Amino acid sequence: MSKQELIVNGRSWPHRGEGLTELLAGMDLPADGRGVAVAVNGVIVPRERWREVKLNPGDEVDVVGAVHGG
Amino acid sequence: MESDSWQLAGLTLESRLLLGTARYPSRQILLDAISASNAELVTVSVRRVGLESESDNLYQVLRERGLELLPNTAGCFTARDAVFTAELAREALECNRVKLEVIADEDTLLPDVEALLEAAGLLVDSGFEVLPYTTDDPVIARRLEDLGCAAVMPLGAPIGTGLGIQNPLNIELICKRAGVPVIVDAGVGTASDVAAAMELGCDGVLLNTAVARARDPVRMAAAMGHAAQAGRLAYTAGRMPRKTLAEASSPWSGRVGTRDDGEAS
Repeated sequence: MSKQELIVNGRSWPHRGEGLTELLAGMDLPADGRGVAVAVNGVIVPRERWREVKLNPGDEVDVVGAVHGG
Repeated sequence: MESDSWQLAGLTLESRLLLGTARYPSRQILLDAISASNAELVTVSVRRVGLESESDNLYQVLRERGLELLPNTAGCFTARDAVFTAELAREALECNRVKLEVIADEDTLLPDVEALLEAAGLLVDSGFEVLPYTTDDPVIARRLEDLGCAAVMPLGAPIGTGLGIQNPLNIELICKRAGVPVIVDAGVGTASDVAAAMELGCDGVLLNTAVARARDPVRMAAAMGHAAQAGRLAYTAGRMPRKTLAEASSPWSGRVGTRDDGEAS
């Protein structure tokens, strides 16, 4: 893994210095973030704190939401 | 008929049927099936989203229809993974209910009850309303209740088998001893299985594949809703005692071809 990459949902993702909010804006997610939870390096980041989170190369970001389930 | 609403994990529900949202032929059939079943609480899973452009907002679709969500921890094999998944679900879906599944292996999908008890305790302590998917063991059901779970959800048969309730004695015993709602979760194949569960004294039935994989899922969803209602009515009506010998329901006296003393003429 290059030093300029993040791991987003288990995949390599180019990191251009963006923070968490910018990263999420580039994904296919509802604009208001409703129905979505985010963890950075295994720690859940509450929605109201997304803006404060800066990302560093190598950070692992998981973005989850509801899918069909039994 | 009087209302038969019941309380589950802070919700007041009219319907006794809880429906899973997986494996339907299409989104529209899923939504039509939910309507036909009258289910008010539906299960969802929590998975990574946002990288595939076809991903849509199931959360929004279901909430817009006034449905309550019950996120599951399906696919978790350890207490740690299940707890983390539940915490993600709480953050994403803004609800503190969780259908707690901790699975022992992929072949049986049976609950790992040691890990289940561990995860249930941790989640209850974190303020969750825990609805654990468990075995039909009355001892484990009691332990889960003692830990503070909001309900217990014993399996009727392994997930996705459609075999119906394999151990009605245990399910009935769990119902008799429980101080929290008992919901048969998994193993239901058709409407009579739902009615049977309700007649044993269950408070509700949670099913998915039996509807999703029926030839006509919407029709089967309606059947399941009716069966839950019928089974509940039968349970509250109180069934007649079982007998081993026949007992005529028509009057015995006054039959033609008999004398007044009942002897054959």
